[in-house]
Amino acid sequence: MKLSRFLKTIFMIDFISGLIIAIKELFKPKKTINYPFEKGKISPRFRGEHALRRYPNGEERCIACKLCEAVCPAQAITIESTESSDGSRKTTRYDIDMMKCIYCGLCEESCPVDAIVQGPNFEFSTETREELYYTKEKLLDNGDRWENVLAANIKADNPYR
Amino acid sequence: MEYFSIIFQEVYKILFLLIPVLVSVAMIVWLDRRVWAFVQKRQGPNVVGPFGLLQSLADALKYIFKELIIPASSNKVIFILAPIITMTLALIAWAVIPFSETQVIANINVGILYLFAVSSLGVYGIIMGGWASNSKYPFLGAIRSAAQMVSYEVSIGIIIINVLLCVGSLNLNEIVLAQKNLWFVIPLFPMFVIFFISALAETNRPPFDLPEAEAELVAGYQTEYSGMMYAMFWLGEYANILLMCAMGSILFLGGWLSPIDLFPFNLVPGALWLIFKILFLFILFALVKAIVPRYRYDQLMRLGWKIFLPFSLIWVVLTASYLFYFNLLPVN
Repeated sequence: MKLSRFLKTIFMIDFISGLIIAIKELFKPKKTINYPFEKGKISPRFRGEHALRRYPNGEERCIACKLCEAVCPAQAITIESTESSDGSRKTTRYDIDMMKCIYCGLCEESCPVDAIVQGPNFEFSTETREELYYTKEKLLDNGDRWENVLAANIKADNPYR
Repeated sequence: MEYFSIIFQEVYKILFLLIPVLVSVAMIVWLDRRVWAFVQKRQGPNVVGPFGLLQSLADALKYIFKELIIPASSNKVIFILAPIITMTLALIAWAVIPFSETQVIANINVGILYLFAVSSLGVYGIIMGGWASNSKYPFLGAIRSAAQMVSYEVSIGIIIINVLLCVGSLNLNEIVLAQKNLWFVIPLFPMFVIFFISALAETNRPPFDLPEAEAELVAGYQTEYSGMMYAMFWLGEYANILLMCAMGSILFLGGWLSPIDLFPFNLVPGALWLIFKILFLFILFALVKAIVPRYRYDQLMRLGWKIFLPFSLIWVVLTASYLFYFNLLPVN
């Protein structure tokens, strides 16, 4: 054993320098946040809970083209459609099984009218399975609730699409 | 009737010591987790109560309501006895800790011997728990723990001899009073360092937490325990850590003496000084937990038997010859 190494061991230099570092770290600002009270920043691209959007006049954006249903890799989306009174095609049923969904964002990508989007909300855990079968009403309700954020996010992400 | 009043008085004294000890054990668990988290730049427990101070209380409440699972193949009597013994032994040792010249439950002549004996007996709780579980991980953990505690007790014993050579008495109060002019941490500094490290090993703290090395042994001797029995092991463990801190502060840091015998300092009651010193040592314990990796088993044994034991023996000879040569031996 080298003399320098021996002296280092005897006087516990490594240990003491470690202790000094620990004491310094003790007073540094924390890297973690108080989660339920504070939340981290979320990117505009964040793929969270789904929502169906409306036009500003209240008309549903969805045109029942079923591209999202077709592209969905988990086959979580079910759409049924009919002709509405003004001759346009509208959905009668738009279900998403949130447990099948893999949150890949392909439905959002494929939508030609930005109707189905994935919002910033990731805290939608429920106590029963049934609550996670999202219906059209639930999705439209989500869209109404989050519209401001959704519109801002789509606008922010637009240059990159 | 007189017996009654005497018993009542004693019980009152004991409760007056034990309840603060148990409460401070709960606080110390919180402090331990908090310091550990702060070094790693985490928040630590901070939700229950102010600064999370009531976290341990919440944990205790949770443990009380958990189911007690006793393995079918275990030796049930010993299985239940083990946590009780661990906790009792950790608590009875506090009887001889002097909080000031008069504030001590049992001011016995061989206080340090009693303290040492009780802390050595602590290994029984662990061995019994590990053996009675009748399962491989608790068994291995208990064996490791027994070997580790026995090895490091030897060096702690010799360190205590060092201190006793300078004092000339086994009474804890006299050990404290002998440090009136100079705390033993200054002349016996290497012994203090070795005592601190041995205390880490004795209480199964990192870097010597081999008996409960998660990666190898699940949780060591506690694996099969649940609910209140697990909580009692925990309480016992932390009470033991506090006891070791108290022992360290009495042997080396002047116990309940104030650091300087000057006006503002000697007004502070001795109990507070002892508590400050215990806290200081405990924060060191917690910091060490945060910065060191776990020792390998053979390294642990090598450190105990090949380095600490000979070193402290040599130091006994040095201390004794120094005291003898300069005629400083305390002769009664």
